[in-house]
Amino acid sequence: MKHVKTITKDTYKNTVKKGGCGECQTSCQSACKTSCTVGNQTCENK
Amino acid sequence: MVYQYKSNGYNIVLDVDSGAVHLVDDTAFDVIAVISWLYDEEEINASTDLEKKSLKEEVLDELSDTYDEKDILDAISEVKTLWEEGKLFTEDSYTELIPQIKERKTVVKALCLHIAHDCNLACKYCFAEEGEYHGRRALMSSEVGKKAIDFLIANSGNRHNLEVDFFGGEPLMNFDVVKEIVAYGRSLEDKYNKHFRFTITTNGVLLNDEIDDFINKEMDNVVLSLDGRKEINDKMRPFRNGQGSFDYIVPKFQNLIKKRGDKKYYVRGTFTRNNLDFANDVVTFADLGFDQLSMEPVVTDLENDYSIREEDLPKIFDEYDRLSEIMLEREKEGKGFTFFHYMIDLNGGPCVSKRLSGCGSATEYLAVTPWGDLYPCHQFVGEDDYLMGNVEEGITHPEIADKFRSCNVFTKPKCNDCFAKFYCSGGCAANAHQYGEGLNDCYDIGCQMERKRVENAIMMKIAKTVEE
Repeated sequence: MKHVKTITKDTYKNTVKKGGCGECQTSCQSACKTSCTVGNQTCENK
Repeated sequence: MVYQYKSNGYNIVLDVDSGAVHLVDDTAFDVIAVISWLYDEEEINASTDLEKKSLKEEVLDELSDTYDEKDILDAISEVKTLWEEGKLFTEDSYTELIPQIKERKTVVKALCLHIAHDCNLACKYCFAEEGEYHGRRALMSSEVGKKAIDFLIANSGNRHNLEVDFFGGEPLMNFDVVKEIVAYGRSLEDKYNKHFRFTITTNGVLLNDEIDDFINKEMDNVVLSLDGRKEINDKMRPFRNGQGSFDYIVPKFQNLIKKRGDKKYYVRGTFTRNNLDFANDVVTFADLGFDQLSMEPVVTDLENDYSIREEDLPKIFDEYDRLSEIMLEREKEGKGFTFFHYMIDLNGGPCVSKRLSGCGSATEYLAVTPWGDLYPCHQFVGEDDYLMGNVEEGITHPEIADKFRSCNVFTKPKCNDCFAKFYCSGGCAANAHQYGEGLNDCYDIGCQMERKRVENAIMMKIAKTVEE
């Protein structure tokens, strides 16, 4: 495409199929403890 | 929902409901803006042809004074392709998952063990009130700690990875019990097919070679509390006698990290109204030789003179921009470092279920007091209405978990139109409870900062992609 470069490779919709195993890290166990940051967690079920 | 913004010279378009992120030129940026302005998502998705004549004419009408007609038509055609691929103007299709999420069976997978309700520092902003959490000073016994491990295993279903965070107060004031609990957990891993990921949060005062070696061997992650520049740190993080802690602690942290290899850690600070130029504190961390960094805004009552206020936000936003620029610059110089809130995984991030279910407090994640009481998370400890049970009897107030379980981005009215909802998953329940109107509300100042951080995190990913 000339006008658009899409950065992401996948969409959320496709993660519904594999999702929900729950093996990923709990967000507050990382470094925040006073906010909520889920988007930076990594999926462990790739 | 489509969200567009310009940052550091990039035109960025987020298709909120699909998670697609696009870098676009000026023509496409304005074409998307005009289509969003002329039509709502329902109309766009009811259309069978996004290139229909009337739409083209209307967009040309708005933009032909600014851009070449052929460019506009090309951009419309590309927008159509993205729409057909489900990457632009995507409708929310997750509402139907809400009943499933509310009814979902959750298992406990993480505990925050309050191993010591006591501290050897007297940090002014501490939500744990120098470790006391609205209660008495206490250390967790190894008996309570082991029962907490048993409770976790018994309530974790088939979940393999279990997380236990040693928190306080200052957990190293009860180091022998930390060691006993870790050994106990490890001894049960094979039997129950579990893997414990232990983490510890420490102010560093008691670190020594023996403790360093233990932490580096057993702890999956270690969070080291420090606020940045010496004068900033020492103002908010003094010893109980008022003396600053920076000079005493920094060499201890450096010593620990030198021996840590490539294992995870964070040097984690808190910024307040006293250091709205907090990028300087993050840079101080980097200059001290640390490269996995975090800096959280203080969350406290507005009556405290160091609290973050609405009027501080423009300065804070500028500072987040400055931090992004510094980080991109340092990366180019080969001196890059990570910043917790700018870590975003656009291609292997959390699944929809995770994004819709939030932080997991009260359901997947619980806090355990020194005497074994269970609370929804570390920030609720000491609030009688949120006492959920104890490690001996288990959950005796499941209705508290139900309340948290049914709370998500779709039940929070303020999240409906927010582009960041699938990145923060509705934000921190404790902040909403303390500084909003309840669990289904939000802590507005926190939301505004989160949106800024998400914008910058995405911009930085784009900057790196473009350079590759």
